[in-house]
Amino acid sequence: MAEFTLPKNSKIQPGKHYPAKGAKKPRTFRVYRWSPDDEQNPRIDTYEVDLAACGPMVLDALLKIKNEIDPTLSLRRSCREGICGSCAMNIDGTNTLACTRAIEECGSGDVKIYPLPHMPVVKDLVPDLTHFYAQFASIKPWLRTQSAAPDRERLQSPEDRKKLDGLYECILCACCSTSCPSYWWNGDKYLGPAVLLQAYRWVVDSRDEDTGARLDDLEDPFKLYRCHTIMNCARTCPKGLNPAKAIAEIKKLMVERRSA
Amino acid sequence: MSAHDLQHPFKRARGLGSAQSGAGHWWMQRVTAAALVVLALWFVILVLGLLHADYAQARAAVARPWNAVLLMAFLITAFWHAVLGLQVVIEDYVHTRWKEVSLLVAIKFLAALGALASVLAVLRIALGA
Repeated sequence: MAEFTLPKNSKIQPGKHYPAKGAKKPRTFRVYRWSPDDEQNPRIDTYEVDLAACGPMVLDALLKIKNEIDPTLSLRRSCREGICGSCAMNIDGTNTLACTRAIEECGSGDVKIYPLPHMPVVKDLVPDLTHFYAQFASIKPWLRTQSAAPDRERLQSPEDRKKLDGLYECILCACCSTSCPSYWWNGDKYLGPAVLLQAYRWVVDSRDEDTGARLDDLEDPFKLYRCHTIMNCARTCPKGLNPAKAIAEIKKLMVERRSA
Repeated sequence: MSAHDLQHPFKRARGLGSAQSGAGHWWMQRVTAAALVVLALWFVILVLGLLHADYAQARAAVARPWNAVLLMAFLITAFWHAVLGLQVVIEDYVHTRWKEVSLLVAIKFLAALGALASVLAVLRIALGA
């Protein structure tokens, strides 16, 4: 059966408290901590951060914590402008990018920060996305053609290019896939919203000539049909995309090419 | 180190490949759902019409040819739709392979039995047996 309770060694313990002395504008951050090195259960550390001396985004607060309060905190970050997808994590109960989520936008009370849900944790806020990336590679996410390579670019009409809007913007941060209950229960086989959106991006590309083979590869009770339009993916996407719609379009094409 | 650790992540992601099925199941679930909208509505109207009927009147209503045909269609479609839906629930949540397979086969037999029994019941009334 799907597991609905945490195993013993995953139960979260209370952690350390780091008060901000003399802060003008203190805000409390409660951050998930776990290290593979010390045989301890995960814990929640509490950091008070002076927002008067901190940038506006959650990532700014996390970096301030790492730089000035507790250098042992591990997290991924790179571009700090919502284009690399590195700092995806669960903030205030929602998967999003720490760099584009304003501290002000987090609800009143403490700001709770966890790694992306239901992924193996490497350390603290760093999830292991190996399987997610391997699933992405499995859909062969590049232009596949049968015709001979032309002497120039493969052209595309503005209308056909428009079909890629809402798809090409995906940065593969994994917020959607890790918010999806179907991906939680069956992520070993279910491709999940991010990878299916990427698959549709190539299915719908007017220059790609391997559409049938792409659909063949997707037609599977687990790879595709675990999507039950729960819509967490669309709700959580930090880029405002709608993976559920892309999946629905794939399902329509599956019916399109068969007899009723 | 287990054998699993020695495999490339790609091996696990690709698994046994695509089953090349699923579209039929998905489409049938929707077709039976659409049919049930009409048939269930008809069934409710039939039942409401029998609110103050006695046993003999109810029997006579079921025995009318169109009622008997639609009632059997409703029952078969309902069992069919139910088994398609249950299959999804089992595939979602039962992750021990032998339990999953046993349950998937069991619900198909049970649904077939239920459909056959209810069709027989309607036929006995319709044919006056």
